[in-house]
Amino acid sequence: MAVGGTKVNPKKFHKNQIPLYLYLVPIAIFMGAPIVYIINHAFKPMDELFAFPPRFFVSHPSLENFRNLFQTTADSSIPISRYIFNSLIVTLGVVFLSIVISTMAGFALSKMNFKLKGPVFEVNNIALMFVATAVTIPRYLTINALGILDTYLAHILPLIAMPVCLFLIKQFIDGVPNSLIEAAQLEGASAFTIYRKIIIPLTKPAIATGAILAFQSVWTNVETSNLFTSSEGIRTLPFYMNTLTSVGTVQGQGMAAAAALIMFVPNLLLFIVMQSSVMNTMAYSGIK
Amino acid sequence: MRTKKSTPYLFLAPYLILFVIFIIIPTIMAIGLSFTNYNAVQTPQFVGLTNYINLLTQDTIFLQYVLPNTILFAVIVGPVGYLLAFFLAWSLSQLTRLPRTILALIIYSPSMTMGVAMTVMWRVVFLGDQSGIANYALTQLGIITEPIVWMLNTNYIMPIVIIVALWSSMGVGFLAMLAGLLNINAELYEAGAIDGIRNRVQEVFYITIPSMKPQMLFGAVMAVVSAFQAGNIGVMLTGSNPTPQYAAQLMVNHIDDYGFTRYEMGYAAAVSVSLLGLIYAFSFIARKLFSSKDE
Repeated sequence: MAVGGTKVNPKKFHKNQIPLYLYLVPIAIFMGAPIVYIINHAFKPMDELFAFPPRFFVSHPSLENFRNLFQTTADSSIPISRYIFNSLIVTLGVVFLSIVISTMAGFALSKMNFKLKGPVFEVNNIALMFVATAVTIPRYLTINALGILDTYLAHILPLIAMPVCLFLIKQFIDGVPNSLIEAAQLEGASAFTIYRKIIIPLTKPAIATGAILAFQSVWTNVETSNLFTSSEGIRTLPFYMNTLTSVGTVQGQGMAAAAALIMFVPNLLLFIVMQSSVMNTMAYSGIK
Repeated sequence: MRTKKSTPYLFLAPYLILFVIFIIIPTIMAIGLSFTNYNAVQTPQFVGLTNYINLLTQDTIFLQYVLPNTILFAVIVGPVGYLLAFFLAWSLSQLTRLPRTILALIIYSPSMTMGVAMTVMWRVVFLGDQSGIANYALTQLGIITEPIVWMLNTNYIMPIVIIVALWSSMGVGFLAMLAGLLNINAELYEAGAIDGIRNRVQEVFYITIPSMKPQMLFGAVMAVVSAFQAGNIGVMLTGSNPTPQYAAQLMVNHIDDYGFTRYEMGYAAAVSVSLLGLIYAFSFIARKLFSSKDE
């Protein structure tokens, strides 16, 4: 065993690990507390939201906030189901399309030889540093020029090409043995068949990771609704949630917490389900 | 693999087209617009470097608040957040599988709450009256007697924004470093012990970091990007842009302020280009530190 005592991924508990727990557990509590608080908040009935002194945990959980949330929308011209529907279309569209184009491009960049291979990958690496909010205005102008303002495409198209997705997927495809591809080629498989039958099945962890990243970028995205659409009927759930949260009342607070929970839970579940795929992919994430 | 000449381009085309339209072209347009005077209605007027000169000499709000705020924010949330992410990943990697997975999940989960969820959460925590949990806790501990109106008090806005940003910064980079740490060959540590490495600090610097440089770099780039991207936190928490007395005004907010409130698109573009330049400079430093290309 190493003299320094660093033992990576130990199989058993050892008393050397106690000091680590002594600070990791408090940090985890600090990180998790606001989330636990908001979950409790979402289920607090009106009198507990008002309660003084404020309570951290809910004592009589109720669905009042969720009911209020849905009732407010019943009175407005656009029901919440419309926002949910829009969000589903946009989210599914972005996740699916970004996976398709990233795996295709990743396959080309990883396994094929062509002149622009080096430069394209390098430009994509630089684009990892791209911050979309910095170029919102030219993006608006571009979308306007394409004539897709105020359509679903204005939500979907700008988010599909994700440099991080392509990067992670390409790095992962690098690990697919060339011999497999060569064998398939000898048997007469076309590039597309290889993509479908070898690359896609063998890069599932990276695809799961890409899907999560794409999901996170679109599910809570308020910008595309704010900037690229003008009619209410085409806007998405996070936009609507945002208009609710700006109401400063206590009732608004309860609804906002409920709304926050609705936005957060799918994210969390998705990550929990796919966390081992994500860790598997991240092992290949290095930039050389 | 051997392919026809056109095949790679066919596979690359869908990504590349969207990449060019929504990333490359807007960036080039921003650079172009930054040399013009443009109000979104009339055709842009070429004004040379005027916007940049104004930014660095005339824009007192930028010089007095936005730039110092951005640098303070970026230095704390970038490097400090990055070191913290490495330290946490390094600690977690020495635990057994189940507790490691649970703790990593909890530490990672705040980064998923960006946007709507995050705003609500922290607004409720930092409510300005007695019923806010932060005020209540501090009153109980005897630290304060009067509730603090967090989101209007210029002394507290920036620290809160920084705390929230740090809290939510353990994202993809953190996961990448954790994965990198777990994949270091255990024999390296044993060999190191034979070669005379005596303590954990030496181990970290002579074995751990050199063996996971690529992940360290990926993590660093992600840290820089998210530090600059997180600029919306202040506006979301206080509910106004500009933030009260510009206390948490960052470059991202300054761009929106000029672009969408005042319609000075050319000027806003100059700020955007400066921001992208700044991000690139920070990432360049990270690359110099961790690049393993020429070894």
